[in-house]
Amino acid sequence: MKALSIRGLKKTYKGGFDALKGIDLDVNEGDFFALLGPNGAGKSTTIGIIASLVNKTAGSVSVFGYDLDTQLVELKQQIGLVPQEFNFNQFETVRQIVVNQAGYYGVARSVAMERSEKYLKQLGLWDKRNSPARMLSGGMKRRLMIARALLHEPKLLILDEPTAGVDIELRRSMWDYLEQINKQGITIILTTHYLEEAETLCRNIAIIDSGEIVENTSIKRLLATLNMETFVLDLELDGLAVEDIKLDGFNFKVAEEHTIEVDVEKSQGLNKVFEQLSAQKVKVMSMRNKANRLEELFVKMVEKGRANTAANVAAKKAGAAS
Amino acid sequence: MSSTYNFTALKTIWIKECTRFLRIWVQTLVPPAITMTLYFVIFGSIVGERIGEMGGRPYMEFIVPGLIMMSIITNSYSNVASSFFSAKFQRNIEEMLVAPVSTSVIIVGYVGGGLARALIVAVIVTLVSFLFVDNVQIYHAGILLMTVILTSTLFSLGGLVNAVFAKTFDDISIVPTFVLTPLTYLGGVFFSIGLLPGIWESVAQFNPVLYMVNAFRYGFLGISDVNITLAMGVIVGFNLLFFVTAYTLLQRGTGIRS
Repeated sequence: MKALSIRGLKKTYKGGFDALKGIDLDVNEGDFFALLGPNGAGKSTTIGIIASLVNKTAGSVSVFGYDLDTQLVELKQQIGLVPQEFNFNQFETVRQIVVNQAGYYGVARSVAMERSEKYLKQLGLWDKRNSPARMLSGGMKRRLMIARALLHEPKLLILDEPTAGVDIELRRSMWDYLEQINKQGITIILTTHYLEEAETLCRNIAIIDSGEIVENTSIKRLLATLNMETFVLDLELDGLAVEDIKLDGFNFKVAEEHTIEVDVEKSQGLNKVFEQLSAQKVKVMSMRNKANRLEELFVKMVEKGRANTAANVAAKKAGAAS
Repeated sequence: MSSTYNFTALKTIWIKECTRFLRIWVQTLVPPAITMTLYFVIFGSIVGERIGEMGGRPYMEFIVPGLIMMSIITNSYSNVASSFFSAKFQRNIEEMLVAPVSTSVIIVGYVGGGLARALIVAVIVTLVSFLFVDNVQIYHAGILLMTVILTSTLFSLGGLVNAVFAKTFDDISIVPTFVLTPLTYLGGVFFSIGLLPGIWESVAQFNPVLYMVNAFRYGFLGISDVNITLAMGVIVGFNLLFFVTAYTLLQRGTGIRS
């Protein structure tokens, strides 16, 4: 079953700005799905429409088979939303915020109190349950929004940049938690600027730019399209100066005194690099990717999408002129 | 969705609203007590003694219902206007918008909050009036209660409509300052409209607050400048008008959805 199905979704804001130009998107039940795009691409508008915070101009949206136009109440019951910005009452306590949210979904207060204990404990906020939300740190506020979104036990959790401004340790603990609830059966849609996050967590991905989907595939398949990667090698040089290293058939540059960056095409493989370095009595002490692979692809996809759009516009103009 | 579900959502909004104004009781419940005490002292005791009688009753007795009604109007309005606008401003209105809460439940929940605050303030002001009036009587409890509930509901709805359109905190103080205060002061709180000269008595009939103050005064003292049936009709009519307006605005998403 499709957790989310979007067809021909358009949004034109007052003033004529086309935020979405007729997108189609499917997310399967149980998926961990990434929606990526630069600022202003249409990610938050898409999420806003699904969560009924933004009125659509055209198209259809259904969540677990419930239609946005005709079965809004049932559709809303399926969704938990973690928005990009803190949108809770800063003067209410942590527990009031989550229990009230459950109440809006019709969850009885006694049940909501029990669930609040469960989720606040899972997210490390139980000790803060009686503190006003404004007293929480940024990371705690993010976790509070996750707890709030889960209290009515939705089947689809939508997170709009949930780890923005969160430190690395906390981000990783949030990743662990999201992976855990995904394994329990909750479908997750995530927008993020941290492409490493999408690569680590998500199975499928859509890249959106200027209101259009420019790529929609699995992360594995997307990464497989990458022809070249740059590897950073930390070396132990046996009396050889780093500038004297020779690697026939490879482009490389010296990054630091004991570090080189080598471009390796898929067809070449890394063995040839190691063979040549060994022949020069150079040991490879450690190795890593220079750039996030997904980041490279993301930039390429967005550039390609923009080039296509520009070409289409030019073709239309030419057609109109003739 | 079932009625149990709607009732839970409604109860949640109402409890949240009551918790809000009780948490800031120094800002919400104390000022009306102080302001009304000053009114009783200045207009009732000091000036009132020189005025003598109004509408056949001692002046102090005459203004008690008007002052209670004034508190009800102001507190109902400001409670909903500031609470709903704050929810819009902090964006926590989205908590309700993403949930399957119907528009009617949102309206009734917020109005219920305004009504609760108005009733508490009305009780406080009535208790204060005991310090100045020896014999507080109730002439018609039914009309008294109905007027309180309907007036509070009406001004809560008014506050909601104001908050829907408001873009800044200044916008929610414009209506109370430039519309509510003049209407209340000219609505017969301190005087009988029979004292107004010629055409101004006729003009005063277009002021809806006049009907609320007089219906309430009738419930207390059994005296009124206007026909009570007409007064109740006017209050119910305005309630319907404002409910339909608030419902249409929220349903469309005016000011709360892009």
